[in-house]
Parts: sequence; structure tokens; C-alpha cells
Amino acid sequence: MEPIRLISSKTVVLPYTDIDTDQIIPARFLTTTTKAGLGQHAFSNWRYQADGSLNPDFILNQGTAQGCQILIAGNNFGCGSSREHAPWALLDFGFKAVISTEIADIFRSNSLKNGLLPIVIDAENHAWLMSNPGAGLTIDLQNSTLSLPNGKLVTFNIEGFARYCLLNGVDELGFLMNQLDTITQFEQARA
Amino acid sequence: MSAPKTLFEKIWERHEVVPETTDTPAVLYIDLHLVHEVTSPQAFSLLRQQGLKVRRIDRTLATMDHSTPTDPDEIAGRVPIKVKSAAQQIQQLEKNCAEFNIELLNLNSTQRGIVHVVGPELGATQPGKTIVCGDSHTATHGAFGALAFGIGTTEVGHVLATQCLLQRRPKTLAITVDGQLSEGVTAKDLILAIIGKIGVAGGTGQVIEYRGSAIESLSMDGRMTVCNMSIEAGARAGMIAPDETTFAYLKGRPKAPQGVAWDKAVQDWKQLRSDPGATFDREVHISGSELVPMITYGTHPGMVMPIDGQVPNLSGDPVFMKSLAYMGLQPNESLLGKPIQVVFIGSCTNARLSDLELAAKLIKGKRIAPNVRALIVPGSQQIKREAEALGLDKIFIEAGAEWRESGCSMCIGMNGDTVASGQYAVSTSNRNFEGRQGAGARTLLASPATAAASAIRGCVADPRELI
Repeated sequence: MEPIRLISSKTVVLPYTDIDTDQIIPARFLTTTTKAGLGQHAFSNWRYQADGSLNPDFILNQGTAQGCQILIAGNNFGCGSSREHAPWALLDFGFKAVISTEIADIFRSNSLKNGLLPIVIDAENHAWLMSNPGAGLTIDLQNSTLSLPNGKLVTFNIEGFARYCLLNGVDELGFLMNQLDTITQFEQARA
Repeated sequence: MSAPKTLFEKIWERHEVVPETTDTPAVLYIDLHLVHEVTSPQAFSLLRQQGLKVRRIDRTLATMDHSTPTDPDEIAGRVPIKVKSAAQQIQQLEKNCAEFNIELLNLNSTQRGIVHVVGPELGATQPGKTIVCGDSHTATHGAFGALAFGIGTTEVGHVLATQCLLQRRPKTLAITVDGQLSEGVTAKDLILAIIGKIGVAGGTGQVIEYRGSAIESLSMDGRMTVCNMSIEAGARAGMIAPDETTFAYLKGRPKAPQGVAWDKAVQDWKQLRSDPGATFDREVHISGSELVPMITYGTHPGMVMPIDGQVPNLSGDPVFMKSLAYMGLQPNESLLGKPIQVVFIGSCTNARLSDLELAAKLIKGKRIAPNVRALIVPGSQQIKREAEALGLDKIFIEAGAEWRESGCSMCIGMNGDTVASGQYAVSTSNRNFEGRQGAGARTLLASPATAAASAIRGCVADPRELI
């Protein structure tokens, strides 16, 4: 995985709470055996009309959303299933970070393992971001800060080990593989 | 004397290979890894790329359920599997399990079924175990006093390769349900009421322990229904302390300990309950005797109400109104008497034998309403056989319902079984998200009793009127 330090981008806002993984990528697209090309199905039920054409009313289909790497969404983003296809689809679509007041546990864990930053901030600054779509933000992962164009510097918490892995492009599996002797000892001790 | 501990803490501490520090999460040992066709292929690819083996094939069990069809002709091979990409996914799981030497309950297996049904049924699910699966409804297994939770595909790879996961310790939430459930009120109504009370993010970052007299009175099937939907409250896991009901269920099951090992295991399992005085990060109390049959009206499981209630009026909330618009409902509307087109009785939430028996009791000797398609999908091939031995299949078929092979079916709509756009489905499954059962499908989550009553009446019906 490539190291991540700074993300600077305009935001796009999805003004809904409890956006579940079935919205992020519907189950009918999960019959794949690879991770490739899932971005075309991101938010499929909202992005496309019944005849397959793009829904012009949906924000992600509008010009202002093009190139935006930061998604702002309502509380409890990513609730529902454990499908890692959800962060795969968002990354493939072009997002690098999601900001909400709460992010569901499994989605957050899956995102961290793929380099999609799941960022939880306080309600006041979140409300500002929700009402200012297109705001230019800089996310500084090293310092766990978010620079808002209104001059505010917002701090966020991200689990320390996951942050270390993201900053250094380290794969968690490598860390676990280095523990194999300890794991073997554990297995022998309880056998 | 050591400090009193919760059930969760006892299991967690038994599985810490390396305890967590401020810098690193715990290395947590996993006793049982359940695998299915949808969330595993990319993990096996990773193993192949890195030249890794599966560390403990004896702790790994695979089945096929999510994209697997439930049409008897497709399962028997009389016709090709209709969803081509699903057929490929099924083949890929067979290939992966053969290559990595993993036990697979394949299409022809008499033990195949929904992953959260077959684990307990085979006795692989046991008290005190850590159990994971690439599926968010893994908390089902917590009904046995196991710590069971859903993981993503990257973590599936971690467990395949190391039998461990990197985990931060979650917080604990005790939900105590006192009293006894009334006639016509089921475990499903109980968990829907809990989600309605604490909200769909109410359990985020927490492991729930369900306790109290109403929980203790539930059968294992009922306990599994409750723990199954813990994720719908956002919880990491849900669990119930094991007791004589748990031991009686497990005794003699093929993968449960036998003989002397059984007696030793039960002795140990009896320690697995929260000590008196153990503290939880948060506690919630619910009166079980006041609960009534519940039904959802919106697009997440927290949008739930008593079956004879009215849709709330939050007309100033645009997200709420968007949800009602999708559902084709109005604020203050009653759901009783609302015509429906589909009834689905199935899923890892409500497809066990007692669920089917309850539905059959209400349907016996009656006809499914002509405007309704009723699909009855047993949770496993074993449940299917047990139901057939009791003649339940005949009751359903004679009433005009479809009797299927086991699988996730209409719960997830990726296997050929879907609800059409705009149709209302009373469903015993776990999610009423937009499009969950098919693009445009409108899901009303309820118990098997409510689903059966609604199938007969052709509209949303109160099961208490038929019992």
C-alpha cells in the first residue's frame, strides 16, 4: 500500500444519515472474485436510473463533484454488512477519505486496511462541512488534523497502529506474520 | 480475589496472544473461522500471491449460501445456475477449498446451509470460542456464549494465514430484558424493539450481553435470532451466557465434544457468565412483558413500530421523509391492512426449525392470499429434512407457498431470489435497507408469525388475531 500523509481536495456532501453498505454497493455486484472495477457500481441505486442512464439529480453525477476525493456524509456512515467491496468501490470511484460524526465499526476497519481514511469529527464542524459542499480541505494524517477553509484546524482520532501503517504503507498482515512464533507458543500452551 | 469480570472479558482474555498496548492492538486468537463464497475469493488470491498456507484447516469451515440459488432445479443441476457470476463464485470457492484443503459443505452436501445456521447445527459453535466470518451477522453465534463478530475480506486473509486478528478491545453494553414475552411475541419482536430503543448506531464500538429472565427463557433458536441482529444496532457482537438450554442443544452434535471431553467442556462452560458485580460500560433495561409484535416501516431496522401502531410523523426531517417516500408510506399511516405482494420466511435471522413450525402452525389448512408470493426457505438442508419429516413442507405447498433449498435467498437478493421494484415484502430477514431485497423493493421486517399471518390475509396482519 502507498503511504498516505496529506489529502487535499474539495468535498462532496451526501446529506443523509445511516448510509448503509447496500447503498455504497448493492449486493448484486458482489458476485465478483476480484476487487477490480467496483467504482462503476458505487451508489449504483442512486447514481443510475431504471434504464441504466445516469441520474442527473444525484450529486455524484454533477460537475461540481468531479475529482472530489473527500466525501462528507451524515451520522453512522457504512452501517450494515461486512462487505469490503464498499471501501473498494469508494476508492475505485476516486474517494480517499470519508468524514462523518460516526462511522460503523466493520466499514471503518475495512477502510483503514485499504487506505480510505474514515474520519470522525465533532458535530459542530461536521455541520459546517455538511452545509458547505465543495469546501477545500486538507487532511494531515501525521498530525491527525483537518484544515477547514474557514481557518479552523480540527483534530480527529484515528487508531494509532492503523495510522502508523497508513503513514508508512505497512501491511498489517506482515505485522501478524512476525508474531507467528508467539502464536505457536500460545497454541501449545492451551492445547 | 480477582475483580469480577463480564462474560466478554473472560473470553477476550483467554484469547489474547499478545495484549493490546497504546501503540498496538491485541493479537486475538480465533478458534473458528467460517468461510463463504462471497467474501473469501480475494483473500484466497492474497494467500496465493504471497505463497501462504491456511494455518489451521481444522479451525476453518466453508459453506455456500449468499449467492447460491435456492431453486431445487438449479441445486440439483437439472438446469444451469441462472446468475452466471454466482455460478463462477461457487466454483471458485470449491477450487479454493480443494487447493487449501478446507472442509467445504458444497452444493450436494446434506449439511450445507446458511453459514450462521450450520455452525451451531454441527456443534462447531461452542461457548467460550472466538468465532469470525466475513459476514456481519456472525454475532448469531454469540447466542452460545461465544465472542463472534463479522470481519472484512482483508481480515479473512489474516485469519486464514495466522489464525489471529489485530483488535482493539471494544466496550461492553448489558441489555437486560426482564419479564416474559406474551403470546404472539417472539425473539424477533424483542430484538426489533431493542434496536428501536437504542438506535441503529446505539451499539457502535460495543459488545452487547443480553441477559434477564426473558432472554433466559428463549430457546437457542430464539437466542440466535436476538444475537443475529446485534449488528443492526451497530454492535460489534452480541452474546448470551451459556446455560442448560445451550448445553442441551449442543450435546451429541457432530462437532461438539463427546464423552469425557463433553463433561470437561461443560464444567468449563459453566464458568462463562458475568460475575456478580461485574461492571459494563453501559446498561439498558427493557420490560419483556410489555413488548408487542413489531414491524419496520422505513429503510433501516431502527425505523420500527408496534404492528398496530402508526408511522411516526417527522415531516420536518428530510432524511426521514426520503425514507418514507422510498417506502411509499405517509406519516401517521397504519400498516395493518396494507396490501402486500411478497412474504419471505427465511434468512440467518429466522429460518430455523422453530421459525418454520411457528409459521406452519398459522398457515396450516389455510391458503396464501392470491395477491401474495410466499417463499419459505429453510436455513439449512438439515432443517429442510427435519421440516419435511414433520410434514411442514406439505402445509406450505398446499397453502400455495414455494418450498426451497437452503440459502440466503431474498434476504440479500443476489442469488436469483428478489422482490420486484415497488413491491411490499413482509420479510423475516434482518435488513430493510433501500434495494436490499432487489432494486426498488420495499421491505417490512417482522417475525415469522407476522409474516405467516400477513401471507394468509394478503396484507400486513397482527399474528395475535390468528393464534
